[in-house]
Amino acid sequence: MQSNVTKKVLRSRKGNVRKRKKETSEAQLSGAEILLRSLVDEGVETIFGYPGGQALPIYDALYDSKINHILCRHEQGAAHAADGYARATGRPGVCLATSGPGATNLVTGIANAFMDSVPMVAITGQVPQSLLGRDSFQEADITGITLPITKHSYLVRDTSELAQTVKEAIYIATTGRPGPVLIDLPKDVSSSLAEYRRADKMNLPGYRPVLDADPVQVQEAARAIIQSRRPVIYAGGGVVISGAHEELLRIAELLMAPVCNTLLGLGGFPGDHPLSLGMVGMHGTKYANFAISECDLLIAVGARFDDRVTGNVETFAPEARIIHIDIDPAEIGKNVRVDIPVVGDVKRVLGQLLEILKPGLAEAWRDKILAWKKEYPLTYCEKDCLKPQAIIREICRQTEGKARITTEVGQHQMWTAHYYTFTKPRSFITSGGLGTMGYGLPAAIGVQVGCPDELVFDIAGDGSIQMNIQELCTAVNYELPVNVAILNNGYLGMVRQWQEFFYNRRYSHSELLNPDFIKLAEAYGAEGIRVKRPAELAPAIEQAINSSKPVMLDFIVDREENVLPMVPPGGALNKMLE
Amino acid sequence: MKHTLSVMVENNPGVLARVAGLFSRRGFNIDSLAVGRTENPRVSRMTIVVEGDDTTLEQVNKQLHKLVDVIKISDLTKDAYVDRELVMIKVFAEPSERAEIMQLVDIFRARIVDVGPKTLTIEVTGNEGKIDAFELSLRSFGIKELVRTGKIAMLRGYKTSTKNNNYKEEEVS
Repeated sequence: MQSNVTKKVLRSRKGNVRKRKKETSEAQLSGAEILLRSLVDEGVETIFGYPGGQALPIYDALYDSKINHILCRHEQGAAHAADGYARATGRPGVCLATSGPGATNLVTGIANAFMDSVPMVAITGQVPQSLLGRDSFQEADITGITLPITKHSYLVRDTSELAQTVKEAIYIATTGRPGPVLIDLPKDVSSSLAEYRRADKMNLPGYRPVLDADPVQVQEAARAIIQSRRPVIYAGGGVVISGAHEELLRIAELLMAPVCNTLLGLGGFPGDHPLSLGMVGMHGTKYANFAISECDLLIAVGARFDDRVTGNVETFAPEARIIHIDIDPAEIGKNVRVDIPVVGDVKRVLGQLLEILKPGLAEAWRDKILAWKKEYPLTYCEKDCLKPQAIIREICRQTEGKARITTEVGQHQMWTAHYYTFTKPRSFITSGGLGTMGYGLPAAIGVQVGCPDELVFDIAGDGSIQMNIQELCTAVNYELPVNVAILNNGYLGMVRQWQEFFYNRRYSHSELLNPDFIKLAEAYGAEGIRVKRPAELAPAIEQAINSSKPVMLDFIVDREENVLPMVPPGGALNKMLE
Repeated sequence: MKHTLSVMVENNPGVLARVAGLFSRRGFNIDSLAVGRTENPRVSRMTIVVEGDDTTLEQVNKQLHKLVDVIKISDLTKDAYVDRELVMIKVFAEPSERAEIMQLVDIFRARIVDVGPKTLTIEVTGNEGKIDAFELSLRSFGIKELVRTGKIAMLRGYKTSTKNNNYKEEEVS
């Protein structure tokens, strides 16, 4: 990082030039400068990005902006890093790319944020307006391409509208059900001058998220809860997003109602709590799935009845009335019939409920579930080789369940959900809805930038990690000590598992030839540790935790271990493979 | 069942693509869609005729509401309303048949807007039933070309669907 010194000198020199220029042109700023000023005024500190032709005016303005820009090695990495940053901190993640291929490389990251309701603002350069629609060099209709995967998008036509656009974009991204908003910025808009006036009012007649629920619906929900003898709370990512974890804990304890989580809900309820049932659904715990199948009241809180949770909707919670609490009215009744819809911010609704609820009468039911927890724990068979589950357990033990964990997508992700005990919201950061392989490493970078003093682990598979492995260089570049734990089985493990169960063990294109991850880590300037035997496990993790560098741990694990239990796709929750 | 929705949207570029894209990706069927400015130049009104059961309509309504540009949705089908469609029909008309065609035009209160050596172009407005009947009666002469605007509709009486009121779920039930 010697270049920093020279860069600083250059910067101060350039600053002088800039000052002189400003004196001549009064309060006129370029579109790019207005963009950055507006972002700063909205509280944005960090941008993840990658430069290119049509984004040059923005990058020029970044040169002397106080915004912290993290140069990723691929635009997809920038999008996922912004996503990870947003999930860890609750603040909007901002990513920046150039037009055409830069913008299309963001698409997976935007879709990922959309599916998991992550507040994100994606800014793309665009060809000048005079060249729009002419198939110009590096032109892509990115607002068109991202129409179905953004909460909203803007193609800015006039520099004077930019401040207002940025304010609205951040407001839309972060309020209601959060989601990604795209701002497409033609080069002439980012380079022409206008007066900067901080936008004060929002002009969004069509955007009015409902935060406070209808008291009548809350009353009705409370009545159903009080009558229930076998309630189960099914808590999703909405609990984490709205910060409703304390209210949820109080309600669960008041009612003695067990709580199962969706993948994104993990951490929203303490995993070590006696009432915690862990994850529900396809790879849910047996006791969570039994509880859903036998409950008389299902209280869905900030969850959206994904097919990976419900299995066959006809046999889902067959004996239960369903209360659905969600901020997004369109989720009510989308996948399953709902008896009592409550539309509002989860935290507020749970608060409203707490005022009227009385202690529950679910003691017998709770005891039954506690017995199930004892009878059907998550298990795996210990052998004299490295078991992936044992690795997660050891990481959990050494980090005391307090690390920020990101994952890629596949078997390792499910094992993490099973064997890492998440006790705090925003500690588990994973691609749920879209299931994006290659998410975990860039997300871990975003998390580490957002939470510089915390321990960050990306738990990965040998397949997934290679989808955005270039971001290891970003971690080294910015001295972000993320730890990557690769559960290396030489397979696309989840694909292989499905081929074993449902395709007659025909392992079509799921076996992988991998690079030497240790050498690769070292080539990037990170540390590499290979672990082959159970005895090496604990010291290796300790070494990684104590290292100030990014560390890549290559765990050579039992090759054909499966994620169990498993509900076959479209099956009933209480009929699990084991 | 067919529903006629009046959707007030901000007159922003791309708003039609947002609405149309939503219908196609969520698998909702549009029967017709007509769009134009309202008395307020910043607001456009889309009249969408959509086919579906109550559950589908509820989803259509809720998903449309999620679009930031959508200000208000009303299901006119629940109220008394008038609807109209404008149709232009170019029909083969030999001199010997013209009188008969013009009689039909009179009966349906249509108008002839262009006369060619072998064709007549007729404009007719009305509700779907009337237009269908008119089309049927001209078929025997041979229809060369037909173009329909799609339905536009308005509530009867003093009520309007243009006024902004706060979003409430029950607009379609």
